[in-house]
Amino acid sequence: MELGVFYILAAVIVVSGLLVVTLKNIFHSALMLILCLFGVAGIYILLHADFLAAVQVLLYVGGVTILMIFAIMVTHQLTGKKIKHYNEQPVPAGLIILSLLILLIVSITRTAFEVADKAEPMPTVAVIGRALMTDYVLPFEVVSVVLLVALIGAIVIARRD
Amino acid sequence: MATLEHYLILSAILFCIGVFGLLSRRNAVGILMSIELMFNSANINFVAFSKFINPDILTGQIFSVFVIAIAAAEAAVGLAIVVLLYRNFDIVNIDKINFMKW
Amino acid sequence: MLELRPIFDAIGEFLNSILPEFWVTIVSAFGTGAIILGVASVFVLFFVWWERKVSAHMQQRYGPMRTGWHGWLQTIADGVKLLQKEDLIPRDADKLVYLFAPVVCFVAAFLAYVTIPFGEGLIVQDLNIGILYIIAITTFTVVSLLMAGWASHNKWSLLGGMRSAAQIISYEVPLSLSLIGVIMIAETLSMVSIVVQQEGWFWNWYVFRQPLGFIVYYIAATAEANRTPFDIPEAEQELVAGYNVEYSGMKWAMFFFAEYINMLTISAIAVTLFFGGWHAPAPFLDFIPSWIWFVGKCLLSVFVLMWFRWTYPRVRVDQLMAFAWKFMLPLAFVNIILTGFGIYLF
Repeated sequence: MELGVFYILAAVIVVSGLLVVTLKNIFHSALMLILCLFGVAGIYILLHADFLAAVQVLLYVGGVTILMIFAIMVTHQLTGKKIKHYNEQPVPAGLIILSLLILLIVSITRTAFEVADKAEPMPTVAVIGRALMTDYVLPFEVVSVVLLVALIGAIVIARRD
Repeated sequence: MATLEHYLILSAILFCIGVFGLLSRRNAVGILMSIELMFNSANINFVAFSKFINPDILTGQIFSVFVIAIAAAEAAVGLAIVVLLYRNFDIVNIDKINFMKW
Repeated sequence: MLELRPIFDAIGEFLNSILPEFWVTIVSAFGTGAIILGVASVFVLFFVWWERKVSAHMQQRYGPMRTGWHGWLQTIADGVKLLQKEDLIPRDADKLVYLFAPVVCFVAAFLAYVTIPFGEGLIVQDLNIGILYIIAITTFTVVSLLMAGWASHNKWSLLGGMRSAAQIISYEVPLSLSLIGVIMIAETLSMVSIVVQQEGWFWNWYVFRQPLGFIVYYIAATAEANRTPFDIPEAEQELVAGYNVEYSGMKWAMFFFAEYINMLTISAIAVTLFFGGWHAPAPFLDFIPSWIWFVGKCLLSVFVLMWFRWTYPRVRVDQLMAFAWKFMLPLAFVNIILTGFGIYLF
């Protein structure tokens, strides 16, 4: 059962991911990206990371991809029919990527990972929250500052003056 | 029962798709999308390792939260730059943006 | 008494006795889905008629009177009419996206019902991340609106879609933050646990400990559901009808359906988090079944939403955005800080 769900999700992710990088219409790519990220959220649920799955849907689907669709809508040139969508590199890029993929898969299958047979603490929200406020408080604060800076930076860059 | 290798291979495939898009797309928004795919493959790795290697401290999930936050920041700034380029120079193709080079 | 939980338990036992486990899972999944769909459809049929009556009486009219007693069959007549309509697809439309947009909208509206407790034990699945799940899954509405606006290939649709997406995203922020106060007090995200903590007399309801949070939530949720005073995206007078202007027949009906479903969703969240969910306001009223209390509170909340719609004028786009970012957001932060102090002190 679990393996079946994994294969369905993996198929969704891989197919929609491929469509993201190959579709001619960039708006369709954005929609496929949403599907792909939703599939990744499913993978998180399969990995018992329910909080992370909700955050993934909330931030990626509700935030990042919507921003991208906005950017696509205000730049009409992206969705026209005539423009080329690829540079001159797809064939060499594809070959290199294929060899990289083979290398990765071979190294993953040959490595013996020490899999621990323990259960994770189940309401993960409380554990993550406590860790963010104790052990990881410095990275947490840094990320907050980064987000603030990015927010102000984006407004300053994109505003019409 | 899906093992760690299943997740790692899925994430490797997703990462490679992302890199391919990054290398071959011409327009800036497409490249940003490819970067998001790569971020997600890294996140799958984080969570999978956290679940299978060291389940009781959830370090991988915490790092994934950070990665998602950084991805949001990156997308905001990147898209602001794309919109600005479009408005000022009417282009979104990355390989035409070479004013800084002579 | 008239609790519904034992009935479902009996059905579950019956299924377990005649079917293997795998099929029980499948049957119960589809069964609950069908029940939720049916219940929600009945609510929507009722809401459409009710909204017409409420608006009519607020404007000293009668509203629909001819079909059935006080026009109660009006919605069904409307539905039959919509089914007969020609299903138009604009020539330049992006067909696949155009067809999928209403489906995404509809599904996103329904997925929220997984974690809403309609009564004691009447919940599809009590998730650990309950309320977060609802906030996350309803963001798909934004995607569907953008899809509809873009695929119709019509500038009014595009403008309407972008406006509503911008509005929903902006109000999503104060909405999520306003719920954090309740989550801080309850120390859980699970809907059932939050309701259980509000047992007893009505002063145990979280609205009395989180008045500011409730106000922010209710205003933001009204905006989130695109209801008047915040219905800029479908301002009929200036934008024709917003993102759904090119849709006709059943596809239009699906958007409409989703809108009313969202109205019920925000009322259900308000009732669950702030008004004690299925609990009676006083312990001695417990003889009335829990689901009646829940539905009654929801209907009251929906009535208030309708009341808003027929009382307030529409606000301008810039006022709308300024209100979200300059007033609601700081208010939500103030609420969180006050709640923190409150928890620290008591």
